[in-house]
Amino acid sequence: MQDGAAQSDANPAPLPEKMSVTLTVNGTERRFSVLPWVSLLDALRDHLDLTGTKKGCDHGQCGACTVLVDGRRINSCLTLAVMRDGAHVTTIEGLATNGALDPLQQAFIDHDAFQCGYCTPGQICSGIGLIAEGRAKSPHEIREFMSGNICRCGAYPNIVAAIQQAMGTKP
Amino acid sequence: MIPFQYTRANNVADAVRLIAANSGAKFIAGGTNLLDLMKDNVERPTKLIDISRLPLTSVEETASGGLRIGALVPNADLAWHPLIEKRYPLVASAILAGASQQLRNMASTGGNLVQRTRCAYFYDTATPCNKRQPGSGCSAVNGINRGHAILGASTSCIATHPSDMCVALVALDATVHVTGPNGGRTIPFADFHRLPGDTPHIDTNLGPDEIITAIEVPAKGFATNYSYLKIRDRLSYAFALISVAAALELKDGTIQEARLALGGVAHKPWRDVAAEAALRGRPAEEASFAAAADLLLRDARPQAQNGFKIDLAKRAIIRTLTQAARGTPQSQSNKTIQ
Ligand SMILES: Cc1cc2nc3c(=O)[nH]c(=O)nc-3n(C[C@H](O)[C@H](O)[C@H](O)COP(=O)(O)OP(=O)(O)OC[C@H]3O[C@@H](n4cnc5c(N)ncnc54)[C@H](O)[C@@H]3O)c2cc1C
Ligand code: SF4
Ligand code: FES
Ligand code: FES
Repeated sequence: MQDGAAQSDANPAPLPEKMSVTLTVNGTERRFSVLPWVSLLDALRDHLDLTGTKKGCDHGQCGACTVLVDGRRINSCLTLAVMRDGAHVTTIEGLATNGALDPLQQAFIDHDAFQCGYCTPGQICSGIGLIAEGRAKSPHEIREFMSGNICRCGAYPNIVAAIQQAMGTKP
Repeated sequence: MIPFQYTRANNVADAVRLIAANSGAKFIAGGTNLLDLMKDNVERPTKLIDISRLPLTSVEETASGGLRIGALVPNADLAWHPLIEKRYPLVASAILAGASQQLRNMASTGGNLVQRTRCAYFYDTATPCNKRQPGSGCSAVNGINRGHAILGASTSCIATHPSDMCVALVALDATVHVTGPNGGRTIPFADFHRLPGDTPHIDTNLGPDEIITAIEVPAKGFATNYSYLKIRDRLSYAFALISVAAALELKDGTIQEARLALGGVAHKPWRDVAAEAALRGRPAEEASFAAAADLLLRDARPQAQNGFKIDLAKRAIIRTLTQAARGTPQSQSNKTIQ
């Protein structure tokens, strides 16, 4: 999905105007204008220069684009920026506080929970969402509730261990 | 994706007025199915009417002891709602068997009903598909049809409905509340989705300018003896090859009442009241379950690649009824089937 989507209709409707969107991204208010079809993912990456959030499939099938919107993990590729006007968004860039990594970021390092790293921002945002939900506890549950994040490198066992460490269920 | 206008509905009446006034417009709720299909040019709305901020987000008890679930309650919130967990665990289980937590956080109750088939040809605009382009033909009939229907299909379309939640809702006799230009009406869940016939481009009996406002489940939730079993190609985050929703009411080992519905087998969530009737009065044991499975599958017809589904369905029905009778519903986290 890009700003200049192909015009394939014989009698196209008049081109829509850009719309103003305000988001609080990682604690900072950001105002920008986008065409209606710009996904939240593309807005973050292309309009706000926050390229930590990755695009894998662009169809909800991989989880690389996972961010937290108003505290809940979602796939930013399947929502429009205009739909989220007024929302609070947290991306991988917003997790550290004053240079100190979030405990889950540190746990990913401690457990070697990534290889190429492409899925990692999505994994970590998803893991933060999972911990906040407070439901998944056992390894079975963690695996199931992290199943929306595909890791092509297969770092899954280490990801589960990292989440357990951050939840305090593993010494 | 083609360019489109975007507008936000302020209330239900506004949403209905906007959809009626704009041919080519579509509602968007969670966006998880519509945007996916728009990116592939399968859906080509010229205007999106955003209903995601309408105040249809509550779960309320009804006077008759049931629950009224707002159309915009996110799937994740519904699965973890205390009243659903306690009184309708079959619904919670079916929801948790579907998609991923991120998607369930976005997906709405109403959108889940109206989601479209996952037939690969429907998604591929380079191939004929009667559902996408009426009259163009069905690529799946002589194509890759491993995941397709074994019940209720037509020569025009052999697609399946992909929802898990809907399988539980049809089993529980839910009703769909909708509002259109002429006011509100209710649609029994079993009549909401359609069989393909020769009009496979029409998935449901929802009018083009109607909005779903709520889903109502009656008092009876079968919270003691139920199970939802989903069989798929990988353990999570995949659509069903076969899924079964089973619910029983037992007295001294005899079945007083039974509910049985299947997903992944037909163009609609497939409930069979004849199979349910055959279970009533019978002992809750394997022979009864197998007889009900045979009855449910009496008209099953395989496609070239999915004959395995008929036997798989039979065994899944028996297993799910066994789990329900034992009071040990399938876990949606530990996927070991017991
Ligand atoms: C990768 C992936 C995996 C998935 N796996 C599963 C799975 O295993 N099991 C499963 O059940 N589902 C699965 N889903 C599907 C998901 O459950 C649906 O996409 C979701 O429920 C649709 O809800 P939504 O609110 O996002 O709908 P939208 O995408 O917003 O809308 C879908 C359709 O419904 C219409 N609509 C929405 N709300 C209303 C309303 N109130 N009244 C009238 N019309 C309305 C829209 O106009 C549109 O046509 C998966 C999806 C993805 C992307
Ligand atoms: S099965 Fe239905 S959806 Fe799939 S190609 Fe045939 S007509 Fe299209
Ligand atoms: S990029 Fe969003 S889920 Fe893959
Ligand atoms: S670390 Fe490479 S995809 Fe997960």
